[in-house]
Amino acid sequence: MAEKQFKVIADTGIHARPATLLVQTASKFDSEINLEYKGKKVNLKSIMGVMSLGIGQGADISISAEGSDNEEALRSLEELLKKEGLAE
Amino acid sequence: MTFLQGIAASNGIAIAKAYRLVEPNLSFEKQTIEDAESEVSRFKEAIEKSKAELEAIRDRAQVELGADKAAIFEAHLLVLTDPELNGPIEDKIKSEKVNAEAALKDTADMFVMMFEQMDNEYMKERAADIRDVTKRILSHLLGVQLVNPSMIAEEVIIVAEDLTPSDTAQLNRQYVLGFTTDIGGRTSHSAIMARSMEIPAVVGTKSATEDINNGDLVIVDGLKGEVHINPTPELVEEYRNIHQQYEAQKTEWAKLVNEKTVSADDHHVELAANIGTPKDLKGVIENGGEGVGLYRTEFLYMGRDQLPTEEEQYEAYKAVLEGMNGKPVVVRTLDIGGDKELPYLQLPKELNPFLGFRAIRLCLEEQDIFRTQLRALLRASSYGNLKVMFPMIATLDEFREAKAILEDEKQKLISAGQKVSDSIELGIMVEIPSTAVLADQFAKEVDFFSIGTNDLIQYTMAADRMNQRVSYLYQPYSPSILRLVKMVIDAAHAEGKWAGMCGEMAGDETAIPLLIGLGLDEFSMSATSILKARSQIKKLSKAEMEKLATQVLNMQTTSQVIEAVNAATK
Repeated sequence: MAEKQFKVIADTGIHARPATLLVQTASKFDSEINLEYKGKKVNLKSIMGVMSLGIGQGADISISAEGSDNEEALRSLEELLKKEGLAE
Repeated sequence: MTFLQGIAASNGIAIAKAYRLVEPNLSFEKQTIEDAESEVSRFKEAIEKSKAELEAIRDRAQVELGADKAAIFEAHLLVLTDPELNGPIEDKIKSEKVNAEAALKDTADMFVMMFEQMDNEYMKERAADIRDVTKRILSHLLGVQLVNPSMIAEEVIIVAEDLTPSDTAQLNRQYVLGFTTDIGGRTSHSAIMARSMEIPAVVGTKSATEDINNGDLVIVDGLKGEVHINPTPELVEEYRNIHQQYEAQKTEWAKLVNEKTVSADDHHVELAANIGTPKDLKGVIENGGEGVGLYRTEFLYMGRDQLPTEEEQYEAYKAVLEGMNGKPVVVRTLDIGGDKELPYLQLPKELNPFLGFRAIRLCLEEQDIFRTQLRALLRASSYGNLKVMFPMIATLDEFREAKAILEDEKQKLISAGQKVSDSIELGIMVEIPSTAVLADQFAKEVDFFSIGTNDLIQYTMAADRMNQRVSYLYQPYSPSILRLVKMVIDAAHAEGKWAGMCGEMAGDETAIPLLIGLGLDEFSMSATSILKARSQIKKLSKAEMEKLATQVLNMQTTSQVIEAVNAATK
């Protein structure tokens, strides 16, 4: 299993477009991908799951992936978060 | 062949097939099923069909409306294929042996409730997305067609109970030739939209959605307020002639496009246009508008799920100011609340929205919203001739407070090195009787007045303009209204200020002679009414209209006034 921690820097948090992009990217992979925030874990391929966390600016989040393409999935998600200025 | 009489809301003749913008019936019964597997595949099939439909809508929205508006459909697609939604639905079909419709509804309702209970405004909004997606899947399960206005690809006449701003935002102007609605009057949103889109409309037919089927041939006569359903070939022919005559008349008027508006005895007035978005500028210029007398900024805030940013607003204001090329542009600050709702502001429902927390009242309270708009306006001010107008001012204190906030933002911008015009005129809408009555005092502090007749009439007559049963009280020519108008104009002139009018009345054939007589300086109307008004004013003598105005101010009833105007101008 691959796992990585991030700090959300976008002032709108993980809402609307960012959430859409994350879910779209996660859905490209076979691995099971989860997003954890404040002890709550949701499926990162579920837009409703992601949005239900209500992640705001400054939040510490953790993304984990398990499956054949877990490394690649995590790398893509990390790239996206940084490219869009969402988290670091 | 059927005939409906409604209210003529926007001039012109349109002949085309009907497109009903009416929600289908999505009711169903909860049932126990035998074969869970085939029910699951029925559900999956509905998802696939919904997906194809949404992708087509998204692609089209991207082309027609831009990536911004298309993003909402992108989010819908994700909800549609969300494993956390579909998984539980499939489980429910299998474990409880219920039909897909019931499993979908129960599961989606749970999510809707969960999102609605969150204390974050944005999350609450997402409940609407889930509802929308559920409706789409349900429509495919039930085999009915949802309306997809953004998918219209042929010339149509829109038939609806009423049209909301978000409905009209989705319509493709290229294909929509006309509107007809069950409810509404000349000042309802659908009517205003039709005039700004320059397409004929008949509103308030009471039964258009009942009597018109999809694909029926319909004639919308926006001159007389008539709708003909499946007309005879003879009638179609007759209407094609009327249409041609109307177009010919328009060509005649078009010759006046670059002329000044002067009366027969050489008195100049300004004819300006009411607009809702920068897109409307084309019509203003084509119709020879001498300025923008009312830029309704609400549309920037509508049909979206969050407030527009300062940057978005700045771009829109700049586009309008530049587009008018130095001609005056009167921008009305946010006039929201009351009947014009912004769901994302989560304002509590009010018993009397027209008398409630709206417009300047809301802006003075929610200053973040107001200040953002003012900053955008101030920054755009150096690109043209900006005039700022506050809506719904009832007391001088309100005006002073709004002005102080504007001055505060202006100083901050200047200190930060921002270029701001130093000749921005500041005015108010006169739409509340208390302000009309005290106009002489207001005139000492404001730079101009713009009389908003739609609301001024409704407040003076205490008659809700959305209520058809009291619509007879919408009487612009009533001597009481005319006296208020006179008070405002006289008060402005006594202080060397100008007075305009931006309600429906300013473009009205019967009102124009009276307003010329009363000395109104600026008339702001739908762009399509400008040339007709200019042609009318050229034939009027100001001196004679002054006599007429003096005479009618001492009359007793509206009908006497109309008679006097007709006699004086025939």
